[in-house]
Amino acid sequence: MEQVETSERAPARRVGRVVRHPSPREYVRIAVVLAVVTAAEVAVYYVDWVHEHGLLIPLLFLFALIKFSLVVLWYMHLRFDSRTYARFFVMGLAGALTLYMAVLLMFRTFSG
Amino acid sequence: MSEAAVVHTYESEHEATSTGLPNTKLAMWIFLASDVLLFGALITTYVVYRGRSVVGPYPSDVFDIPYTSVSSFVLLASSLTMVLALAAIQRGDLGRMRLWLLATAMLGMSFVGGQVYEFTTFYREGLALTTNLFGTTFYVLTGFHGAHVTVGILMLLTLFSLSFLGRLTQRDAMTVELVGLYWHFVDIVWIVIFTVVYLIPTGP
Repeated sequence: MEQVETSERAPARRVGRVVRHPSPREYVRIAVVLAVVTAAEVAVYYVDWVHEHGLLIPLLFLFALIKFSLVVLWYMHLRFDSRTYARFFVMGLAGALTLYMAVLLMFRTFSG
Repeated sequence: MSEAAVVHTYESEHEATSTGLPNTKLAMWIFLASDVLLFGALITTYVVYRGRSVVGPYPSDVFDIPYTSVSSFVLLASSLTMVLALAAIQRGDLGRMRLWLLATAMLGMSFVGGQVYEFTTFYREGLALTTNLFGTTFYVLTGFHGAHVTVGILMLLTLFSLSFLGRLTQRDAMTVELVGLYWHFVDIVWIVIFTVVYLIPTGP
């Protein structure tokens, strides 16, 4: 009987590399900053002076940007990992911001 | 602060690739970039239609900012426990990793439970999916986010179970990192939702 030749996939070669990540202590420090910024975010919501001077929205966006950056850079390690990951993520983010900003302008969302 | 105090290093292993980067991690980042577009569409729809509801209830009638603030703290805390789980498996401490994974899942469940309670309360106050533009855009946006959190919880519980079956060891730290990336992404989406939907006031 003719023997059927089967081809098996060769086991993939594994490579090792040294990865740098924040230490647990640093993770806790970031968490404290995140908690403080969130508390500040909620606090300004209740301050009338901030509403009256039109500072609420800029402040809220500033706080959100700080929290977003801290999580992405430290917890998701973009500050430490290969820039290729950051490029893909920023590409998606920039694409979304451009596209949806155009939609918001089209619908005259900012004209009151 | 010295760099040594901030950073710790560990040996990571993955299959050899043409980019020199693990394909799974690259794929996760590409997926997250595409998910940005999904949530961008939902948030934009909410913003476009904000303040355009012709019948109530309106956001100011139903939102409970202190309650949602607690939910936000819970989700932020879950991001901390997630990175602590990752740090634990990277140094081969499986016991601590299980503890932090379980804590992350529990915090996630508290968040989703809070969201279910919030939805139920809003519904009792007369806000259904089809009541007005606010109801439609709000439930769809936060519902999609809640579904993402639920998927994350299932992934965390799967990792927790695998660790007891001996199928999650220090060599599999990358798997925990991938689930972590997804979990933190859900967290950053909530950071935006909390600001845009809950804190920025809408009239009337």
